[in-house]
Amino acid sequence: MKPSRLNDCGEWVLDRFPLASLWKDHMTHYYAPKNFNFWYFFGSLALLVLVNQFLTGILLTMNYKPDAKLAFDSVEYIMRDVSWGWLVRYMHSTGASAFFIVVYLHMFRGIMYGSFKHPRELIWIFGMLIFVALMAEAFMGYLLPWGQMSYWGAQVIISLFSAIPVIGDDLSLWIRGDYVVSDATLNRFFAFHVIAVPLVLVMLVFMHIVALHEVGSNNPDGIDIKKLKDKDGVPLDGIPFHPYYSVKDIAGVGVFLIFFATIIFYMPEMGGYFLEHANFIPADSMKTPEHIAPLWYFTPFYAILRAIPDKFAGVIGMGGAIVVLFLLPWLDRNPVRSIRYRGGIYKKALALFVISFIALGYLGTQPATPVMTNIARVFTAIYFGFFLLMPIYTRWEKTKPVPERVTVELSLEEQIPALIEAFEEITELNPVSEDNSQHPAFRSVFFSRRPNAEGIRKVTTRLAKKLKESLD
Amino acid sequence: MKNLTTLLLLMILSFGVRASEGVKLQEADVDVGDKTSLLRGAKHFVTYCLGCHSIKQVRYLRIALDTHADEKEVLKDIAPFGASIYDQLHSAMNKHDAEKWFGTQPPDLSLVARSRGADWIYSYLKSYYTDKNRPFGVNNLVFEDTAMPNPLWQLQGEQHEVIRKTIYGDRIDLVLDKEGVLSEEEFDIMVNDLVTFLVYVGEPAQLERESMGKYVLIFLFLFFGLAYLLKKEYWKDIH
Repeated sequence: MKPSRLNDCGEWVLDRFPLASLWKDHMTHYYAPKNFNFWYFFGSLALLVLVNQFLTGILLTMNYKPDAKLAFDSVEYIMRDVSWGWLVRYMHSTGASAFFIVVYLHMFRGIMYGSFKHPRELIWIFGMLIFVALMAEAFMGYLLPWGQMSYWGAQVIISLFSAIPVIGDDLSLWIRGDYVVSDATLNRFFAFHVIAVPLVLVMLVFMHIVALHEVGSNNPDGIDIKKLKDKDGVPLDGIPFHPYYSVKDIAGVGVFLIFFATIIFYMPEMGGYFLEHANFIPADSMKTPEHIAPLWYFTPFYAILRAIPDKFAGVIGMGGAIVVLFLLPWLDRNPVRSIRYRGGIYKKALALFVISFIALGYLGTQPATPVMTNIARVFTAIYFGFFLLMPIYTRWEKTKPVPERVTVELSLEEQIPALIEAFEEITELNPVSEDNSQHPAFRSVFFSRRPNAEGIRKVTTRLAKKLKESLD
Repeated sequence: MKNLTTLLLLMILSFGVRASEGVKLQEADVDVGDKTSLLRGAKHFVTYCLGCHSIKQVRYLRIALDTHADEKEVLKDIAPFGASIYDQLHSAMNKHDAEKWFGTQPPDLSLVARSRGADWIYSYLKSYYTDKNRPFGVNNLVFEDTAMPNPLWQLQGEQHEVIRKTIYGDRIDLVLDKEGVLSEEEFDIMVNDLVTFLVYVGEPAQLERESMGKYVLIFLFLFFGLAYLLKKEYWKDIH
């Protein structure tokens, strides 16, 4: 085809579809703050993992059989006899965990820099809906391999619905389609996992991004870059998303894929956290496994469920742990967005929240001994305290003045000289003695320096002081 | 409601069971890349295990392909008489008979190394001891009251348990009474080969997976390097 004909075709399409203006509005003329840091990679990475899950998922359905008699063996068939089946399956199973890692970090970024606050409340709500849909997707997908953990995990979680008064038993029966988890449950979970929830997810992701592009991205300083614009109406601190952030995100994708591939090729089970050992035993309704634990991404909520003595209250607590996240934009009464300019009390509360979330996650993987349960209760109280006391303690906060323009931090490579300096401070040159200095091995940097107690003490005190200051 | 109570109760009870199983496991030295060890393990499996246990997920052909062994040799040396190279490792035992004899069907061992772990199987096979109270005259330290008789007793010999009192509590040791056909070292190597084979059949793709991983990672490092340089080039005018 001649170039002119090609141009004509392009024109024909552009007359009928706003491709050029879409590209312009959302890529080349979408202005993002120029000071995005490490934490801002996880949104685009979540999109990457979503695409990965779709592509590998489609390939898996081509050989998977949603039938209680065939499901387990069909997964092993994919792992052994389908060309590249093992790779596709590991990409899907590792992708599920990677999705939650990326999404948890993405949510933490939002909490840390106040991205959920006015005017981005709706972005946060859509994001939370994505999180809930993702949990449903992961839970139902985990039943499909039809291993012991798939089966008993589903059994335990669906039984939770029976704790609801009056309608509970009928409700759980309705969800399962049977009195126990069975072929009927497997089939409907397959339908939800493969069609229903992914459709909802795609729609929510679309709305999440549309809402984001309407109000614009937040930034690590939490200031509104649209306030100060140049004569063309371009924010002074904004840069076009494409090409600046598209090339930056591609570099981020490179780092992510290095970690992702390392897990897929060298530790796909991740020590039993990404693929549980007991799930390599086919589902058996007559044999309960020794220790039923959900996959790691549900364990913080599972620990909350177990920590509360009453069953129904436990279910409410587990649901409430997610509901409070939805309410975050209205619980936080402080107008300052970024953690950088917020008061010490909020910084300490956030640190406690992170500790309690990780601790609950760990406790959820462990057997519920009385001591562990009591520790889980303390952390559950801290988890809810962070949210429910927020309207009170955010009023007491003494915030710092927020700058007009974004501040630019040192990039990782700009920090290297400071790191080298610190290394030189905590070590000192080895005194050269006659007998060993001749040996070539001792001429390397490793042997020419030795730890310096005075330097280590100085650097540690400096770091401790810095840490204390950063929490004030 | 009741379901949930029983489930939670079962879970609590099962922790107790788990605690009593806390025997220190011996470490298996598994190298799936060692093709001769794999082939020896396959032969041992067919000789000593296939009578009761199947490995339905693997065919003799796959073993031949992955170990670069000749198909005819595999049929002659490893597979039972009359098997086809396309057959999976099916046991000939009738499941109704099995239930009559052992009280349970011997499980398929395709994935046992992934559910139990190599060290567990290694320790289990080495931890049989004479116990007159059990139907087959043996019990196992790693899996108490196991329904499986000791298939390797002629090779290992007979062990009995000795309880020693230590400051940390009772310690149970197994002492060899009667020497078997193999010496202790030979028996360890034999069990290790068997475990290596079971680890291999748990995931035959692991051979391919690990050898491929380094190329993927090298590519990704190059990709990242290039992407990083591109980013630097684009961003040099942003201050």
